[in-house]
Amino acid sequence: MQTSAATGTKPAVLSGLTAMVCIGLAVVTPMLALIAIAPAMPDLSADYLGFVWSITRFTVLQAGLSTLLSVMAAVPLARALARQASFPGRQAILRLLALPLALPALVVVLGIVEVWGRQGWVSTVLQHTGLAGPLNIYGLTGILIAHVFFNMALAARLLVAALEQIPPENWRLAAQLSFASRHVFQHIEWPVIRSALPGIASLVFMLCIASFAVVLVLGGGPRATTLEVAIYQSLRFDFDPPRAVLLAALQLGLCAGLFALGGRMATDIAVMASVGKPARRPDQATARLTDTLVIAAGLSFMALPMLAIVLSGVTAPFDAIVSQTVFWRALVTSLLLALTAASLCLVMAWSLLAAQRTIMRRRTPSRAAALLMSSMQAAGSLILVVPPVVIGAGWFVVLHRTGLVNSAAPVIVAVVNALMALPFALRILRPAVVGQAQIHDRLCASLGLSGVQRWRLVDLPVLARSLTLAFAFAAALSIGDLGAAALFGSADFVTLPLLLLQKMGSYRSLEAAGIALLLAGFCLGLIWLAEKLRPEATAQ
Amino acid sequence: MLRFFTMLSAVVLALASPALAKDKLTIYTYDSFVSDWGPGPKIKADFEAICDCELEWVAVADAVATLNRIKLEGAGSPADILLGIDTSLTTEAAETGLFEEHDTDTKNLRLPVEWTDKTFVPYDYGHFAVIYDSEKVKTPPASLDELVNGDPGQKIVIQDPRTSSPGLGLLLWIKAVYGDKAGEAWAKLSKRVLTVTPGWSEAYGMFTKGEAPLVLSYTTSPAYHMVAENTDRYRAAAFAEGHYMQIEVAGILKSSRNKQLARKFLAFMTGPGFQNHIPTNNWMWPAGKTSEALPDAFDKLVKPSKSLLLPADEVNANRKTWIDEWLKATTR
Amino acid sequence: MSGADIRLDGLQFAYPGGEPFHFSTSFDAGSFTGLIGPSGSGKTTLINLIAGFEEPASGKLYFDGVDAAGTEPAERPVTMVFQDNNLFAHLDVFTNIALGVSASLDLSGDDRTEIAGAMEKTGLSGYGHRLPRELSGGQRQRVAIARALVRDRPVLLLDEPFAALGPALRRDMLRLVSTIHKEREMTVILVSHDPADVKFAATHAAFLDAGRVMANRPVDAFFSASDIPGLQGYLGT
Repeated sequence: MQTSAATGTKPAVLSGLTAMVCIGLAVVTPMLALIAIAPAMPDLSADYLGFVWSITRFTVLQAGLSTLLSVMAAVPLARALARQASFPGRQAILRLLALPLALPALVVVLGIVEVWGRQGWVSTVLQHTGLAGPLNIYGLTGILIAHVFFNMALAARLLVAALEQIPPENWRLAAQLSFASRHVFQHIEWPVIRSALPGIASLVFMLCIASFAVVLVLGGGPRATTLEVAIYQSLRFDFDPPRAVLLAALQLGLCAGLFALGGRMATDIAVMASVGKPARRPDQATARLTDTLVIAAGLSFMALPMLAIVLSGVTAPFDAIVSQTVFWRALVTSLLLALTAASLCLVMAWSLLAAQRTIMRRRTPSRAAALLMSSMQAAGSLILVVPPVVIGAGWFVVLHRTGLVNSAAPVIVAVVNALMALPFALRILRPAVVGQAQIHDRLCASLGLSGVQRWRLVDLPVLARSLTLAFAFAAALSIGDLGAAALFGSADFVTLPLLLLQKMGSYRSLEAAGIALLLAGFCLGLIWLAEKLRPEATAQ
Repeated sequence: MLRFFTMLSAVVLALASPALAKDKLTIYTYDSFVSDWGPGPKIKADFEAICDCELEWVAVADAVATLNRIKLEGAGSPADILLGIDTSLTTEAAETGLFEEHDTDTKNLRLPVEWTDKTFVPYDYGHFAVIYDSEKVKTPPASLDELVNGDPGQKIVIQDPRTSSPGLGLLLWIKAVYGDKAGEAWAKLSKRVLTVTPGWSEAYGMFTKGEAPLVLSYTTSPAYHMVAENTDRYRAAAFAEGHYMQIEVAGILKSSRNKQLARKFLAFMTGPGFQNHIPTNNWMWPAGKTSEALPDAFDKLVKPSKSLLLPADEVNANRKTWIDEWLKATTR
Repeated sequence: MSGADIRLDGLQFAYPGGEPFHFSTSFDAGSFTGLIGPSGSGKTTLINLIAGFEEPASGKLYFDGVDAAGTEPAERPVTMVFQDNNLFAHLDVFTNIALGVSASLDLSGDDRTEIAGAMEKTGLSGYGHRLPRELSGGQRQRVAIARALVRDRPVLLLDEPFAALGPALRRDMLRLVSTIHKEREMTVILVSHDPADVKFAATHAAFLDAGRVMANRPVDAFFSASDIPGLQGYLGT
């Protein structure tokens, strides 16, 4: 025991410490740079401040409405899915709900315009039936539709997971005590939903506050602009770093304030399709009809934009797309970025978790160790408080002064992407690393299994699935990212989403549809592969 | 799978290998200039035929964005020439110190105004106009004031003045007509705005796709529909207050490593080899001599009762303030 | 209310991918049977079938000679106490017990008196406003038993409810169940993994092995028997 403590403990803690410091530097350096140039605040006209006030209000308004609508739609959907355990295709539907998290926002926006746009499916049906004129998707409406698409799915999945945690005995009791549907809701479901909601709502709210691609494309001008997009515009449209500083400070203040106020966010992001054996419920049969309707409504809302992406994508002129050098450059850039970002993300996540595991091994951690532990946990979710565009803007300002913007762009984007994926990777890995390893720690210690041997025989087989999934998820997130890449994009640095944005901007909608389908294919393919390739070592 | 990797590595190698022996001229411009139907590809072919070089167009969303890109890249910019900004930005562009004098003979230019700028050379001009779909709009606005005060249900797509030269053009147009009351005019007009796009192409594409019956473009835009599509469905609305004028220019960057070639291009630009492509590809009035006659369609276009153009220095001094005014007015 | 007799006639059931269970036996009205057998032998499955939480693939189940096929758990003359999670964590003791009277918690004065009586009998007086997390493991199971008392059904099924308790506490709980059994003359079936518990509290004992009821006899006859296949091996005698 002594030797294992001496040889095994320190390197793990040290590497965790290093990861923490690196994350801190990557996030704090640009913050300091932003603060450093803050005094040089020139020409903030009253008009501009009025604009800033308007968009701050709009940022909060759209996030609030998006959260409200997402959650209101998610509760009945989650109830229906949890209740109808044997619903045909239930597993497929649950998987579908997990997809938006891995889908690039820009691709989804394209699908949503196809369905909800002025020339879209819904408008066409409405006009043909004479029910209403064409829909106007630009502005708040479009932003809300897209945000509900992403977040209703996320919230519903988290709620289904929470509802499935209800012990089966509760359902048996409900059956025995002849609970009607409303009693089931009152005594069993609502307490679970109520305790899960604050966390879910604050997570959704934060995601909507920091939403970029959706607002950029669907906002339709200054009328519906958020701080996140305004930061980008202040750098790319006005080339005015001091204004970017002001906006970034506001955005940061907003996020940090909400984080402090809202307290905990959903601690478990439903990335994985971790659905257990659903319980037999007494209220299944009576609610079947309404549940079917609710599920059908939710399903069509989710599936139609995805279908639109596929339908307009398959007819795209792929020969024209692949004949362009810029496409291949964007593809190679995106793949390299994704690979780098995902590797970096896993290294950081593993370092943090291994260190935490080592610290937790001590029965009575010192106060310093406890502090270190909580700092490491905070480092992992820092990106949720400091939006990627703010970090990007900070680095942009730092690098612009040194004239290195172009050469450093890929590195910064990879780092920011890795940081964006970190909270998700940690959530995939943490239960496996900390939980599973805790079980094995004593066994390994008693068998004298440590170091590489332990990694090979115990950790890797147990963690292989989580590691591949975390890697795939980080890679998908990076491939689909627009926010960080948009700030740094140039003629020499084009990623697939940037190319997609360009094609949409120059009104090459056919080529755009093809690239969108490719992007969606990449991201979903990665997740699918990760789930297929996993060895079934965890099953016990 | 193996074939895919072979192909991939071939592409990577092709990208990594140093440029071919020929000199390469890199020109930043707005995207519609180099689209398949724009003048870019034809000019590239014609110029390459006489220069023994390679011409690379780099398209950025719209004119103002091209200048932003140049500012951002500073002295490290790979561009030799910036083509596509207009007179509302020339002072600001010159002040960056990134451009050098053109040394090009401008005597043969045929512009409605006298040209004295030493940094930039014009290649075409036109007047901004609201284009309407005559199948959807029976009584088009007859003045800017009618546009501003018209039915908010009848939508218009405009461009962002921070990235697009038509967008900036409208901003200046409204300023020239309304002066101190521009903010109020924008507040009213913004109710009619369906969406504000970063570039002209996106806005015009939305218009022709039927997303909105009105769009901000040029008096010359209907010529395209008459010549290429043989229809007069899309028309320019003549405005009583007059139309704001735009002169589009190009300039050489100080950081260019091919200045000789760049000057050759500017000289080429003012001649028929370039100018012939302007009317029927960029759909603007040529700024120099053409060797072919303009299509008849150009005779049928709206002739502005008055050309509006604010002095470049005044625009430069106030652009930011006026954009702030616009931002404020449209988010209110 | 006195107990009901229960008869299982070739009751078949299998979990997806698992070996089939095949139960035939009967429990006399007012008897107290301890079910023992190796894990996986089907003890919990058997009482889940009686309670109606699982549907048999074939076979018949009778309460007092009446076929139970197609009846919902709430319609059966049965109350069950589980090993764990018998209580709603966010509801206090009183409310948890009251749910046994009315799911919508419409309580008459008589109902309240009855609940108070059940709480007194199970040693929970004064605990009415406590939440489950403020109780010990033994107290939580007392709440479950109190609820079974107010439900007042002829059959009480107990699925190893005291397994997590220490020996002394377990005896106390068994004594409580025993007392209730005698007072109410209920039919009680207790799943247990400790034969000593069965000897201590039950009138009958049944042995399950590989999904079948191998024997079901009065306690004295059961433990002195040598003709029950597998029992010796299980008991280690």
